[in-house]
Amino acid sequence: MTTLLSLVVALLLLWLALWTVVARDAFVAVAGFVVYGLLLSLVWVRLAGIDVALTEAAIGGGLTGALLLGAVGRLRGTEAAAAAERSGAGTRAFAALLSLGVTMVLALCVLALPEPAPTLAPQAADNLPATGVGNPITGVLLAFRALDTLLEAIVLVIALLAVWSLAPDRFWGGRPGPRYAADPDGVLSYLARVLPPIGIVVGLYLFWAGADHPGGKFQSATILAAMWLLVQMAGLGDAPRIDGRWLRTGIVVGPLAFVAVGLLGAWQAGAFLGFADGWAKPMIVVIELALLPTLVLVLALLLNGAPARNSGKMPAGDGGR
Amino acid sequence: MSVVLDVFSIVAIVAGLVFFLAGTVGLLRFPDAYTRLHALTKADNLGVALLVTGLLPQMDGLLAALKLLLVWLLLMLSSAAVSQLIAHSARRRECGE
Repeated sequence: MTTLLSLVVALLLLWLALWTVVARDAFVAVAGFVVYGLLLSLVWVRLAGIDVALTEAAIGGGLTGALLLGAVGRLRGTEAAAAAERSGAGTRAFAALLSLGVTMVLALCVLALPEPAPTLAPQAADNLPATGVGNPITGVLLAFRALDTLLEAIVLVIALLAVWSLAPDRFWGGRPGPRYAADPDGVLSYLARVLPPIGIVVGLYLFWAGADHPGGKFQSATILAAMWLLVQMAGLGDAPRIDGRWLRTGIVVGPLAFVAVGLLGAWQAGAFLGFADGWAKPMIVVIELALLPTLVLVLALLLNGAPARNSGKMPAGDGGR
Repeated sequence: MSVVLDVFSIVAIVAGLVFFLAGTVGLLRFPDAYTRLHALTKADNLGVALLVTGLLPQMDGLLAALKLLLVWLLLMLSSAAVSQLIAHSARRRECGE
């Protein structure tokens, strides 16, 4: 029975992937992609990878889907022209060959893996008590492979800088996106008043639970960012000016604290990002606490996009609201 | 007692699945956005309500049951709000064109 269910989900996933690729309408393709992400998170649940499932649903389906929807909205004007355009036979044959080749190489790589696949899971599980956290995923992300997580956080900040740098000069330092105005008695405003208190509690719970159960800063940050964006879209709050001092501090505090902890490790334990005995858990908590505001701000501001209004200097006393 | 609860669960879940099936058929067959939304919200509200009711006796512990109820409430809130928004945007498009 469960095998049948897995088979159905796997076939559905393949069909959805194909649908997403061949759909001519950009909006339809994005809708397919979002459903694909949600279905994929179901697959991760079945594979007992709850952490991955949460991340896939929050980032793969939700956040990336929202980003792509924003892109579709901007491409509306050129879509008819793009749909009418047909590339030459040579280009299409080349594209088909290229994608077939990539698929073949990937399939060969998967088939060539030794059986059983090499794993570091036993070592990670054996050394987990030394980190003081109970969730092995958190242990790997913040102790054994902390460098990867640090670079990930820095990449996110750089991505935000790249988005901001697309702003026209006259809007530099201004607010991103349009100022949303919704009916103050409408259903969106109602949702934006009722949902954030619940979302903030759930987000913080996921953050705190991440030490011992599935969850963690990434999933938590996505939920918190979504709540902030909901408030903005309902017109109850505005996107922040990107030259706000507090805003910029919040964005860099995570990577900076991470590097500081790493340097402390170099001095205390003799290796960058090494933890001295008994220091692992507090240091992990410090990193997670510092990374949370960074991730919330970066994820929300990535969706807000490049500054597009309110040029000029920041008024005095406006501390980056 | 547990047999009674199991039968109750099965009946409620099957009834919920019937609503989902009907909702899906309606979504595929109905002619315009409003009637499709009508079909979809029936599946969302009654289908999920029956599923949750059926699953409640199977949960171990009060906390898990409360979490299930919270999920149900959140689903109702979001489906009601989202269907309103979709209907609103469909109406605007109709009036605009």
